[in-house]
Amino acid sequence: MKKFINDVENVENEMLEGMAFAYPEYVTRLDGFDVLVRTEKKVSKVALVSGGGSGHEPAHGGYVGKGMLDAAVAGAMFTSPTPDQVFEAIKAVDAGQGVLLVIKNYTGDIMNFEMAEELAEAEGIKIASVVTNDDVAVEDSLYTTGRRGVAGTIFVHKIAGAKAETGADLKDVKTVAEKVIANVRTMGVALEPCTVPAAGKPGFELSDNEMELGIGIHGEPGIERKPLQKADVIVDYLMVRILKEFNLQAGAEVAVMINGAGATPPMELYILNRRVHQILTEKGIRVFKTFVGDYMTSIDMAGASVTLLKLDTELKELLLAEADTFAFKM
Amino acid sequence: MATKAEILDFIKIFGDKMAEHRQELTDLDQVIGDGDHGINMNRGFNAVGEKLPTLADKSITEILKTVGMTLVSTVGGAAGPLYGTAFMRAGESAKSKEALSDQDVILAFDEGVGGIKFRGKAVQGEKTILDSMIPAIDAIKKSIREGKPMTVALDEAEKAAWEGVAYTKTIIATKGRASYLGERSIGHQDPGATSMAYLFQAAKEAAQKSGK
Repeated sequence: MKKFINDVENVENEMLEGMAFAYPEYVTRLDGFDVLVRTEKKVSKVALVSGGGSGHEPAHGGYVGKGMLDAAVAGAMFTSPTPDQVFEAIKAVDAGQGVLLVIKNYTGDIMNFEMAEELAEAEGIKIASVVTNDDVAVEDSLYTTGRRGVAGTIFVHKIAGAKAETGADLKDVKTVAEKVIANVRTMGVALEPCTVPAAGKPGFELSDNEMELGIGIHGEPGIERKPLQKADVIVDYLMVRILKEFNLQAGAEVAVMINGAGATPPMELYILNRRVHQILTEKGIRVFKTFVGDYMTSIDMAGASVTLLKLDTELKELLLAEADTFAFKM
Repeated sequence: MATKAEILDFIKIFGDKMAEHRQELTDLDQVIGDGDHGINMNRGFNAVGEKLPTLADKSITEILKTVGMTLVSTVGGAAGPLYGTAFMRAGESAKSKEALSDQDVILAFDEGVGGIKFRGKAVQGEKTILDSMIPAIDAIKKSIREGKPMTVALDEAEKAAWEGVAYTKTIIATKGRASYLGERSIGHQDPGATSMAYLFQAAKEAAQKSGK
């Protein structure tokens, strides 16, 4: 395993320090906590707090700023942050209008954020939460813990964040967040596993001619291992699964995100986008806006996910509203 | 029964096991998860270990609650809230007594498993920590009912816990990160059930050491 790290125990902390040194105009670290908050002064609006394990950079610190998050909480590698950390973030950014937690659907995230919500309620802070679950790889059934929240979560940060900037109240910010959640779907694929620094070896093994379909963002094995195919074939497979979730007629409009898992070069992400764009155009679906890049990674996984967000007038307006964070600008 | 000294010893021994088995638990968690269970538990119990000297003169309730809160704030993931809530609830059930009778010990375990069921919203048979914990507690209750001493009861508990761990290999995961693997989770041992089996191993060893 070759990585730019020092002591493996300090990876997360050193990452946060380096991030805060790089973008002091955007993020400030809360002293003694693994939390990044907006550097600009608290504005009287609903505050958005999100976070999760480290290893998904630029998520979530990269989305702290005008039009998106007010605070991002970083847990240990691929591990949801603890309630005390989330509670500090909530207290630091609450401006009296309430706080919305954007939680990704994982057992750990839900338990820890729920415990933080309890702490906040006990302090009299107006608090609400939404759970993102855009991954379509897993069936949502009685026999699973539901679908994972993956790259589509960023659209929730953007759109709910924009709504909060308009001065909307907590109820309305939550409602629009839930609208995004109901209309965003993602599926991912890996060509190579990732290596958690403290584990010292890859999470699973793929041979030269294998790919892992239906991966999440924490390096766990996917739902299926298949022989490696050409990019267009892979995209076709992902798009069949994603489009099955929507009732998209000709004339519908979508936003597209091609998200890199960390070790896939931009070149390949553009090749994937080409086929996504072709498929949508063939179906008469208008691509309103596209985002290509590393938005929610899995350390050094070679892989990508495709996200579609079905748009209406309200979502389009909020998607185009100004955002100024170090990893996402509009 | 369990004295304060035995409980402190149990916590220390469990912490040592989380260090000793860190790689094993991580490896198990890599196969059906994200490979952090061993790392997280070790980190949590290192923090607990640092606090133990300051807890020597506190009540059993405060000891267990402090362990629980420390785990909640250092372990993270699902294990943190689950183990943390278990220890906190066990501590509350001890009602600041200076020593626990056999029935008090059973109550503490019952409150602990109740905390895990409440937080995790799981039941037995879903390939989780409960699949070693519930059989172990049932074994303690059975042994105590049969008039056996706590040392024997905990030995029976540990055996039942490992049987539960073996059982997790045969079933599909319907909770936690392993559930994303669907049928691919079958044939693999659950890491949470495994660390819980080590907990009963530690409890047994603490009881045996004090020679009861």
